Amino acid sequence: MSGSEGSRWARPCTVSLPIFEGPLDLLLHLIKRNEVEITDIPVATITDQYLSLLEDLPELNLDGAGEYLVMAATLVYIKSRTLLPTPEDEEAEEDPRTELVQQLLEYQRYREVAVALGDRPLLRREVFAPPGEPPPPPGPGEPAPLPVREASLGDLLQALREVLRRVRPPVPHEVAGETISVRACIERILAEFIRARELEFGQFFAAGVDRATVIVTFLALLELIRLRVVRARQAERFGPIVLELGVETVEEAAERVRDLGDLEPVSSGPVMEERGGV
Amino acid sequence: MDEAYERIEGNGVHGNGNGAAPTGDGAPAAHERVDRLPAILESLLLAAGGPVPLGQLVDALDGPGRAEVLAALEALEAGYEREARGLRLVRIAGGYQLRTPPEHAPWIRRLLHERPPRLSRPMLETLAIVAYRQPCTRMEVEAIRGVDADAVLSSLLDRRLVRVVGRKDAPGRPLLYATTHEFLEVFGLPALDALPTLRELGVGAELLTAPELEVSDEGVKPAAGDGAAGDG
Repeated sequence: MSGSEGSRWARPCTVSLPIFEGPLDLLLHLIKRNEVEITDIPVATITDQYLSLLEDLPELNLDGAGEYLVMAATLVYIKSRTLLPTPEDEEAEEDPRTELVQQLLEYQRYREVAVALGDRPLLRREVFAPPGEPPPPPGPGEPAPLPVREASLGDLLQALREVLRRVRPPVPHEVAGETISVRACIERILAEFIRARELEFGQFFAAGVDRATVIVTFLALLELIRLRVVRARQAERFGPIVLELGVETVEEAAERVRDLGDLEPVSSGPVMEERGGV
Repeated sequence: MDEAYERIEGNGVHGNGNGAAPTGDGAPAAHERVDRLPAILESLLLAAGGPVPLGQLVDALDGPGRAEVLAALEALEAGYEREARGLRLVRIAGGYQLRTPPEHAPWIRRLLHERPPRLSRPMLETLAIVAYRQPCTRMEVEAIRGVDADAVLSSLLDRRLVRVVGRKDAPGRPLLYATTHEFLEVFGLPALDALPTLRELGVGAELLTAPELEVSDEGVKPAAGDGAAGDG
């Protein structure tokens, strides 16, 4: 990331050896060369040409070859389907080419957009702008878009790191270790939401709790966020993370987590004491 | 220098936050100010470098309204064209920016000795797909292009033309990609909707409404969700 502007551009772009960008590209080329409609491909002809072209392609790397070969198999399969007599009882059978045709049409459209994009003058290549300071995001006078965004896993881990830093260091002696289950912890968290609809991330981590409890609480929160029972949002990067109920009531939330089944209990004890951070 | 700034402030273009209406300092200043607006905007845009939204220009001027500023921007733009100047005023990524006309590129390149590589076809195709379908997963890109998209997406990430915006709520929680502000800047687009609509390109309605691709044929397309569907 610290690599300057220069190195970003200096990175060589990847060029694949065959002139085709993939099996679909090759097929579109054949369709154009044969002057046929995509929607009515003469499968036999195109398949033969495709296979012979495939032999001529210089060096295919293993990955690339795989993709071309899968398409070859598809073509041969479609060809075989068109040759087979249609069983009487399946009169309304779909044209075996339909799916391929759809795929080709869709790819062709994006390819057109790509050409249009490629024709545009590029910044720092065809057109240049003054290298000034980019203006800061809209000031207070501007009706700024709501700065709140959904907190990502990274944000949550950052917050966890903060909590773990505060937490007292692991006890040096062996402990029998009480077992705290994620499930119990989920219930405890939901109970908190009875008193307030929005809670700050740090509020779930009381001062003086041990690392195991912190981690189980964190796991429980992740689980709740995954189930969309709880939403995490953050006004700015490294800012406080606010958790709020993602459903109407706590009862509904409890209902939602009921089907969760038993979650792995995490035991406090030496296992959790290894250092190294999250 | 300082004197010039004083004068502008005196004219009420750059008020210093006392909230006074721009009518206070007498009529001559008002029309003088209007005459100078295009030039002041030119300075603002040159100093800013990046695209500046209209609202921020209005804020910086602290006086003239949006309509007045828009008219001045148009005057500036027209002036560049009329006098065949070395600058163009363009709408980029929701803002205004001063740029050089493309036909001056050969000389600028010789001066700067730097030339970013052209974008490859796979990159352009992948960008097109991400631009229209965002947020979308790598698999969606691969399903459309029929080839692996891993390397292409990471070089687009490197060039900051796409970014990861989250994970899809689907098996494997695949990453979701979207285009960046930089994408609009590099391609000189005023906004995403400035791209031709897929309808204009003839994409059927079923493709526009489909939330995601059908991924179930004989293994041509990668199966949805971690390749768990083991057909073909």
